[in-house]
Amino acid sequence: MESFTYLDHAATTPMRASAIEAMTPYLSQCFANPSGSHRFARQARQALDEARDLVADLCGVRPGEVIFTSCGTESDTTVLMGAAAQVLPGSLVCSAAEHHAVLDPIQHHGGCVVGVDGTGQIDLDALSATLEQLTSPVSVVSVMAVNNEVGRVTDLARVAEVVRRKAPGALLHSDAVQAACWQDLREITASVDSISLSAHKFGGPKGVGILTLREGFTLRPLLRGGGQERDRRSGTHNLAGIVATAEALRATVAERDHEISRVRALRDRLLNGVRHQITGLCTTVDPALSVPGILHLCVEGVESESLLFLLDQAGVCASAASACASGAMEPSHVLAAMGVEPERARGALRLSLGHTSTEADIDRAVTVLTESVARLRQKRVRT
Amino acid sequence: MKVMIAMSGGVDSSVAAALLVDAGHEVVGVTMRLWGGESDSGCCSVSDVDDARRVAQQLGIDHVVFNFSEDFEATVVTPYVEAHTRGITPNPCIECNRHLKFDRLLERAELLGFDAVATGHHARVGTDDLGHRVLWRGVDLAKDQSYVVHMLSQQDLAKVMFPVGDLTKDQVRQIAVDRGLRTATKPDSQDVCFITSTGGRSAFLGHRIPFRTAKVVDTDGLPVGDVEALELVTLGQRRGLGLPGGGPKRYVVEIDQDTATVVVGAEEDLATDVIEVHAVTMVDETQRAELLGRTVLVQCSAHGEPRRAIVAEVDPTPGAGMVLEWMRPETKVAPGQSIVLYELSDIQVIGGGRAASSR
Repeated sequence: MESFTYLDHAATTPMRASAIEAMTPYLSQCFANPSGSHRFARQARQALDEARDLVADLCGVRPGEVIFTSCGTESDTTVLMGAAAQVLPGSLVCSAAEHHAVLDPIQHHGGCVVGVDGTGQIDLDALSATLEQLTSPVSVVSVMAVNNEVGRVTDLARVAEVVRRKAPGALLHSDAVQAACWQDLREITASVDSISLSAHKFGGPKGVGILTLREGFTLRPLLRGGGQERDRRSGTHNLAGIVATAEALRATVAERDHEISRVRALRDRLLNGVRHQITGLCTTVDPALSVPGILHLCVEGVESESLLFLLDQAGVCASAASACASGAMEPSHVLAAMGVEPERARGALRLSLGHTSTEADIDRAVTVLTESVARLRQKRVRT
Repeated sequence: MKVMIAMSGGVDSSVAAALLVDAGHEVVGVTMRLWGGESDSGCCSVSDVDDARRVAQQLGIDHVVFNFSEDFEATVVTPYVEAHTRGITPNPCIECNRHLKFDRLLERAELLGFDAVATGHHARVGTDDLGHRVLWRGVDLAKDQSYVVHMLSQQDLAKVMFPVGDLTKDQVRQIAVDRGLRTATKPDSQDVCFITSTGGRSAFLGHRIPFRTAKVVDTDGLPVGDVEALELVTLGQRRGLGLPGGGPKRYVVEIDQDTATVVVGAEEDLATDVIEVHAVTMVDETQRAELLGRTVLVQCSAHGEPRRAIVAEVDPTPGAGMVLEWMRPETKVAPGQSIVLYELSDIQVIGGGRAASSR
């Protein structure tokens, strides 16, 4: 493609050059299995250990509390399904705005889904009431750190207060996949027992997930076999991916403060630009409540699919909600849970920024978005 | 031209897309996601979307999926279910063409700057001496689908293309084989996408509406049995009425919704001289009033034999009904079925509507 403007960092990010560089030797000369017993294996093992130490430090947990998985979804499922000896109806609780990776397994097992407020944050009174009413013991409460569609940041310290008081025996987990670039993970792990991360959301490779689990909690593994990850996740380590993940997270954390202000300024520029050019457009959540990387808009009088098509044709990559197996856009369960009227939700648009976003991207996006909305709002030809 | 090709994942739309690319058009493939529920056939399963996408990749064109499932539910599924509660048997595939392919998709295509929407239907669009657009049967009469696209107006036809309408099905398959398209040997889809072969209409409707038990009587009004679901009984039906075997063949000749009574009789009791057609759309609206008194060919099912009839009454209002008199007595048609009128040449579509309850 000639030139394109990538504003879909919440879906995935381009890999950081330093992460590619870090992983390359492990794709070629350092190919050994870190579980082996020879010198090459030891070399690989050292790389794995160092990566784990680095990730643990950046997450504010101990190395033994880090479990490498294959993706954010596996991390979520591992903790939801593995925290208790048996998953019983009512033993899992989450918010209605969770990513499908949390929501679907919990609904599948008859768990409780707690409503969210108009900004997408879990309703703490409802959470408290739910935990109080449940008669069976709660094994896991899962509340996302940052919503992947609208970018809303959850006040996890307050969630933790409620959970510790009402369900002291429960494991408090947070899907922090969208938080890594913008939030201090150490603060998050100080409040919760477990977090999920996904490497490709912060400049790492696809195919690597991280699960942290506070010492003292046991885990029934999803995958049994060679006993890797202290018997909590069997399967040969994706060493190159793990090394790249550690480097990507290191770079992300090192640049975080700078990136937060840089990307926030870009988002403000984007919002000011489109506000100036396009009428009938509103932010779904007050940007002050969201991470800097996500701008979620509802555009009046247009349909997301049509808008995304025109943006795509003009080389602007954006998103609306999650897609189903066929690739079709599904109506957003997040917006529905927030109480956004279906008519407004029809014009949903998520523009998400990241480490490669530039002012030129923003200015181009404003121009293309303005033209596309104008085209879609023109008088309909057909009667 | 900038053409949007509706790709179902079948061989016809795959080849249609290929022909459009060959003709030098700027082509984008679109698969509509219509039905999100259980399905084992029809047009929009995930594996069909995979096929459509892979063909698009092979042709080097963009492919997108549009989710029209809410519109499909509102304009096809809900009316289909509701019609059954009134003893009407609609053709959902025709309603899907009317409301989705040639309304929703066409509208979106125009909005997105496309000059035309193409589909893989076996039908042809042409122009007559007066410059009016005409709709003809596909060249392959055995595969002709003009019946299911009869609702197209002049305005629609200006924007619709049927690239495989000039080809026989064998030619279509040969082109697909020659180009190595993965859909080359895929069987034709036959069934309604939201009705599964295992559960059928009964299971689908049973989940959505309560069934009423009905009395079954003969033409003299004498009771001969009961049927569990009045909503599933269709005019002309012979099997599944739970009547004892032996004796002469008995058909459903009348259904009284108000008293929940099904009348069974001999085949000749189904014969009628007239058929009333509701909600008639015309390919060329200017010809509606002129139809009065003309002899036309009338087709009452997707591959039914066209029969001659005289247009006996015409309401000149667009979208209104008409009454046709059969040249020879014909079997009554279940209300809701599409009735399509053709010129006596049996090639050109005049228009069509839905069978009203017979009088």
